[in-house]
Amino acid sequence: MSLLEIRNATLKFGGVVAVNDLSFAIEEGEVYAIVGPNGAGKSTVFNMISRFYAPFAGQFRFDGQDLLTVRPDQVANLGIARTFQNIELFDQATVLQNLLVGRHRHRQSTLLEELFFAPRVRAEERRHRHAVEEVIEFLDLQAYRDKRIAGLPYGIRKVVELGRALASGPRLLLLDEPASGLSVEETQDMRWWIDDIRRQMGITVLMVEHDMGLVSGVCDRVLALADGARLAEGTPAEVQSDPRVIEAYLGTGAV
Amino acid sequence: MRIQFKTSYDHDMRLFPDAWTACVYGALMVVMVLLPVLLDEFFLGEITNVLIWAIGGLGLMLLTGQSGQASLGHAAFLAMGCYSNTILIEQGLPFVIAFPLAGVLTGLFGMVIAIPAIRLHGIYLAMATIAVSVLADDVIVLLEPWTGGVSGKFPEPIVIFGFEIERWSQPGRFYYLVLAVTVISTLFYRNLLRAPMGRAFAAVRDSEVSATALGVHIPRTKAIAFGLSCMITGWAGALMGYHAGTFNNETFSLVISITLLMMIVIGGLGSIHGAFLGAAVVAFLPQALSMTTDLFGGSGVAIPGLETGVFGLILILFILFEPTGIYGRWLKIRTWFELFPFARKAMFRRQKSYLKTERLR
Ligand SMILES: Nc1ncnc2c1ncn2[C@@H]1O[C@H](COP(=O)(O)OP(=O)(O)O)[C@@H](O)[C@H]1O
Ligand SMILES: [Mg+2]
Repeated sequence: MSLLEIRNATLKFGGVVAVNDLSFAIEEGEVYAIVGPNGAGKSTVFNMISRFYAPFAGQFRFDGQDLLTVRPDQVANLGIARTFQNIELFDQATVLQNLLVGRHRHRQSTLLEELFFAPRVRAEERRHRHAVEEVIEFLDLQAYRDKRIAGLPYGIRKVVELGRALASGPRLLLLDEPASGLSVEETQDMRWWIDDIRRQMGITVLMVEHDMGLVSGVCDRVLALADGARLAEGTPAEVQSDPRVIEAYLGTGAV
Repeated sequence: MRIQFKTSYDHDMRLFPDAWTACVYGALMVVMVLLPVLLDEFFLGEITNVLIWAIGGLGLMLLTGQSGQASLGHAAFLAMGCYSNTILIEQGLPFVIAFPLAGVLTGLFGMVIAIPAIRLHGIYLAMATIAVSVLADDVIVLLEPWTGGVSGKFPEPIVIFGFEIERWSQPGRFYYLVLAVTVISTLFYRNLLRAPMGRAFAAVRDSEVSATALGVHIPRTKAIAFGLSCMITGWAGALMGYHAGTFNNETFSLVISITLLMMIVIGGLGSIHGAFLGAAVVAFLPQALSMTTDLFGGSGVAIPGLETGVFGLILILFILFEPTGIYGRWLKIRTWFELFPFARKAMFRRQKSYLKTERLR
């Protein structure tokens, strides 16, 4: 059984068909990329998986469970974490606090215990902190631990957002353009991290990315979209050489 | 410059970041405990007043500063705390039960009120909560049999296990009661900030989408913020009732709601210090004004609206020049001294915020 299975998903915004009868499936342990020109509907697919948008039609299954029966805030609990195309961090909080919010789905203490900072809260905080410190170590964020997001450079924010998603301990990680706006060196780091996330942590990754270098470097399979519909699916090399894909990209003037 | 060496995760969970800070607050606590000996009755009453406002400020700060929801209805919750405490005691409950319960009831009431308001943001929420403040007046008049309506109520002296606290004849005892509630409210606030729920409040304030994606239930979290905020505000209201000695339907007016909100903005949104600094401004402004008018030969003639006018002016100046409030200004001054002579003007310049996903709120 596939980890994530999407069948015949369709979503319209007014007259715009953002996603058109789209089907694909992701296997546990793979890195899967969605590529396509701007406006192809890639982020919309993510937002449907996150339950921010309800599809007009289609089936969404995660690990056998029907995704369409859960609320947006319950998606994290199934083990799905994500980043956003336009970075959505908690700007007035520190890096550490941002990552700790990632642990929210593991919260067990009650409000009353928290008001008194009962021993259980302290013990739980230690566990959360331990998990978060592992992420900080992994992503080399030590120097920024107590810095507020509001003063951090763009590249670091991207890494913090990845860290926050990792801190939640997901089975499936959705990355919306993880390398956009990053320098060559930062993109290189991102590539190693995605590799390690899959190999060492055993997390399945679904990403949207324009940087074909990164895509062919880390992805097992690629899905090409145009106007919300599937153009091609296969290994990065297959998709890149597919004439329909080349045409779609040339048609929009993008690379 | 103070350098902290952190040796364990517990370090960041402490109440105070370092031994020095713990000493400063310890010393402050000693001074506070000694105040009834050091001050005369008038000034002790003023300090008591500051602390009561600070408790109310903490209540609203939790909502506005922490979870990002502005409320112009908090006078209604002050009233609810005040009346429910008095009524519960009249029904025969002892103060030690009635007082905490009054806060809890106000909190639950606040949560119920919050449910329709939760979908609203920013200025719209503020406008909706004004209605709560305005309605409170009418409701108090309508519930005359319990509330005493327009003629109001005089709270009985407080009795704690046979120990009597009468606000006028025993200002020292009343001060200690207020101090105890202040400390408890501050500890609740502080504990929340270092626990998951406090972080969820900040998450809801800064980005509802990503909070949701991480498993935070937005309406529930906002309602909890409302509830806790109203609980603390309710306690402040009950204490205000005792402090004033009498109250009626006009005591907790919209002006009080506005004052409370202005107070936390001037003090510094999102910080415990801000609630206390703002409270000091609110409580001492009338005195400072009358002293100044005396100085300019005002010969005791009251100028109508002067207080409100000056207060509004201070607020506008803060919003324009120091949006982080008095506490934010203090942090900058402290950093300047700590880094001397290396402080740079641009250090506190706010970074342009990066584009946010507008389509998803
Ligand atoms: N909330 C929305 N309201 C209206 N139109 C939307 C909304 N979200 C996306 N769209 C439209 O859906 C299409 C796909 O958008 P999107 O998924 O963001 O593309 P991309 O592949 O660049 O991530 C675009 O035409 C976009 O304008
Ligand atoms: Mg997109």
